[in-house]
Amino acid sequence: MIFGYPLLSVVIWLPIIFGVLVLATGNDRNAPLARIIALVGAVLGFLVTLPLYTGFDRMTSAMQFVEMKNWITQFNIHYHLGVDGISMLLILLNAFFTVIVVIAGWQVIEKRVAQYMACFLIMSGLINGVFAALDAVLFYVFWEAMLIPMFLIIGVWGGPNRVYAAVKFFLYTLLGSLLMLVALLYLYFQSGSFEILDYHQLPLGMTAQILIFLAFFMAFAVKVPMFPVHTWLPDAHVEAPTGGSVVLAAIMLKVGAYGFLRFSMPIAPDASHELAWLMIALSLIAVVYIGLVALTQSDMKKLVAYSSISHMGFVTLGFFIFNAYGMEGALLQMISHGFVSGALFLCIGVMYDRVHSRQIVDYGGVANTMPVFAAFFMLFAMANSGLPGTSGFVGEFMVILGAVKVNFWYGFAAATTLVFGAAYTLWMYKRVVFGAVANDHVRHLHDIGAREKLVMLVLAVAVLVMGLYPLPLSEIMHASVNDLLVHVARSKL
Amino acid sequence: MSYISTLFPAYAEIFLLCMIAVIMIADLLLPSQTRTVTYLLTQVALLGCSLITVATHTTGVAHLFTGMFVDDLMSDVLKLLTYLSVSMMLVYSRSYLIVRGLFTGEFLSLTLTSTLGMMVMISASNFVTLYIGLEVLALSMYALVALQRDSAVATESAMKYFILGAMASGFLLYGMSMIYGGTGSLDVQTISNVIKAGQANDMLLVFGLAFLVAGLAFKLGAVPFHMWVPDVYHGAPTAMTLFIGSAPKLAAFAFVMRILVESLQPLMIHWAGMLAVLAVLSMGVGNITAIAQTNLKRMFAYSTIAHMGFLLLGVLSGTLDGYSSAMFYAVVYVLMTLGGFGMIMLLSREGFEADNLNDFKGLNQRSPWLAFMMLLLMFSMAGVPPTVGFYAKFAVLNAALQAGHLTLVIAAVMFSLIGAFYYLRIVKLMYFDAPESHEKVYMQPDSTLLVSINGLAVLLLGIMPNTLMAVCAASVQQSLLLP
Repeated sequence: MIFGYPLLSVVIWLPIIFGVLVLATGNDRNAPLARIIALVGAVLGFLVTLPLYTGFDRMTSAMQFVEMKNWITQFNIHYHLGVDGISMLLILLNAFFTVIVVIAGWQVIEKRVAQYMACFLIMSGLINGVFAALDAVLFYVFWEAMLIPMFLIIGVWGGPNRVYAAVKFFLYTLLGSLLMLVALLYLYFQSGSFEILDYHQLPLGMTAQILIFLAFFMAFAVKVPMFPVHTWLPDAHVEAPTGGSVVLAAIMLKVGAYGFLRFSMPIAPDASHELAWLMIALSLIAVVYIGLVALTQSDMKKLVAYSSISHMGFVTLGFFIFNAYGMEGALLQMISHGFVSGALFLCIGVMYDRVHSRQIVDYGGVANTMPVFAAFFMLFAMANSGLPGTSGFVGEFMVILGAVKVNFWYGFAAATTLVFGAAYTLWMYKRVVFGAVANDHVRHLHDIGAREKLVMLVLAVAVLVMGLYPLPLSEIMHASVNDLLVHVARSKL
Repeated sequence: MSYISTLFPAYAEIFLLCMIAVIMIADLLLPSQTRTVTYLLTQVALLGCSLITVATHTTGVAHLFTGMFVDDLMSDVLKLLTYLSVSMMLVYSRSYLIVRGLFTGEFLSLTLTSTLGMMVMISASNFVTLYIGLEVLALSMYALVALQRDSAVATESAMKYFILGAMASGFLLYGMSMIYGGTGSLDVQTISNVIKAGQANDMLLVFGLAFLVAGLAFKLGAVPFHMWVPDVYHGAPTAMTLFIGSAPKLAAFAFVMRILVESLQPLMIHWAGMLAVLAVLSMGVGNITAIAQTNLKRMFAYSTIAHMGFLLLGVLSGTLDGYSSAMFYAVVYVLMTLGGFGMIMLLSREGFEADNLNDFKGLNQRSPWLAFMMLLLMFSMAGVPPTVGFYAKFAVLNAALQAGHLTLVIAAVMFSLIGAFYYLRIVKLMYFDAPESHEKVYMQPDSTLLVSINGLAVLLLGIMPNTLMAVCAASVQQSLLLP
């Protein structure tokens, strides 16, 4: 409580309160009012996160802005919040994207506007809660609660096959979460506490560690998503409205990766080392195989969805090679991927709003009718393929570097993404944007308006700045990452 | 001190009995247009009972009628919650019953007699008192289900309910007689002491125990003794279904506590295994069969079966945490059931029952507020935070895991995943589908208010579950630790 008020609580609850306010505007007659309140809420929600950055102590790996109150005394559960260099950046990213999503849905969403905006605001607050929670039950409550708004977003405003996608999304993630709950209860049984930081110090036998690791793995791998349990993501992405896709790709996937850092690795370090081969194998399969799958997609959203899985493979790879390059690279990749994939989904959304198709074959020669848009799209496509100078390059490069240090072939396999990633992204870009004007739909396209330009510009600046000067970000995570690596290297047996 | 004043722990029961007589007579004398008077009198009776229960609350445990009747914290808490849920049931069902011509004096007085039965069950500390309470409750219930005389379905379900209920009572009595034969007593405490002292024939006791558990399983509706539940839930008028599904579960929990825990605790090693089978089967059959239902009342019936499995999981843990989690689960379950059935009645109109899943299609477009309340209730039943249903499941799973039942916990978790599917389907119908009719929902002011309070309570208790959990823990602790 550096500023005399509970900063993290404000960060969590302000968007939720605004979400309820937006809901209170009622039906679509008041849609303009709902939009304005939502924007105010999102912008305020972003502004209140800024003190987290300015007031952050870069020298320490300890939790900062800590709040602690009794919550459920019978089970020794606390309302315990705090952030370190890993979670703080993700909160900022989330609050930033809430603003983007509200602006992106400004005109596009016409029915049940208030509910749409409210879902995003409430979800934003809940996701902040996930990143800030230091009590396992509190974490779990936020973690599960954010499924509800996402379920509604996909199901109410999504595409034709939305019901299937929404239910699949919900049940897949619930399965993982419930196993995690069992693991948390077991840890409580062992330690008598639900404090995540206590778990970090708790000595555990190898069998227990492996079981706990696998339970957490189910929860987090589904969210990331990692290779065998990734199939919900393309469905959810394709059917979700643009805003839903953006939040899914930019934030939700990071929640899973964050779980590995906060739970799996520090709680079960020996199991993490023991099962690192599995994690690395699954990550490399995601990078290479899913990259190839992306190449064959004819639906743009599906293509970017598969590319997300492939890029998230980098993140998990970076975690489980246990060195500073890998881990910092993975964290940078998480943030960069948030910007890039969010931007790509927005680009596809821009085209979809006009043509109502996501199929690559329905486009061609968009550059002729939408030159400004094509330029932005170009930048994001380049970033997605990891061009130096964009944010996509920094993380991938560091992870590859870290992987080569461990084993040359890990690095080699990971590096193939520079080929495949460029291939699927740029090939799609070529087919959609270049060439002669393909049909009447494309001929009648009009270029992006001021609102869309603003969104694109902000994201483009973020992608470039992060690519050229990532130091402010890596500086923040440095202490926490080093501490985590030291902790993971110590055996608990 | 006069004799009357020594009866103070039972004042609430005595008051209610007097009020039942008053209401029956008043209903005879008043013309049927002024039924509101007796309705209000009924509510006043329940309010009076709660005031008396609060006023006669003592910190200790009081025994009465040579130990046949007990007044402790658990009984007070459960009774207060019983009054509350009966009173809510009356509010929910008033207009529903008026439209169907079932809002009669018999309905009100039978409701109160069954409440009396529940109170006796909750406060019983002797097998005879338990049985009397149970029969007072059950007989009133049979009559309530059969109240809709011109409906063949209702009559059929009343018949089923009656026959199977009578059979269950027979099981219980048979089991009780075995226990009596083994221990020479019907008193809850004495039985426990005799068994602990090792003076009873174990074989005889376990034989009796098996019958007792079967009888209890019948009453709770646990698999494989669940066959009556879907038919009765489906056939009875929704108001009665709501009643069967709500308050009696609190009494049934007390029943389980008094018989299995307070008196037969030394036999835990035997009954825990029996309950484990019942619990897993109930969760499995309940959740899986619920998926196939198209009728909401039937679906809730199967979901009740699954919830009872969870409750038993808490009991079989055999620890204080376990019992208090089961009590918390029972309370939360009643709260959710009241809301769920209340919603069905709210959406029903004259000559139309909103008990089909498709009747909920597009509710979000017809009435966003009601849809939101139903959403909260459904997610709570599925056990998704931040609703209170999550903490109920959390507490039970925690207790079971601490007691070392890892396999049961995993099974419970998997079955709740399956269960989540059909609750989600209702949310899907309300939010994702287009409505079948655009008719405006007529929102009865009193039930709408109550549904709102009910739904928000599910959310608020979910954000702050501490108090209710602490109360449950304290109640269980007191009735178990004191000799």
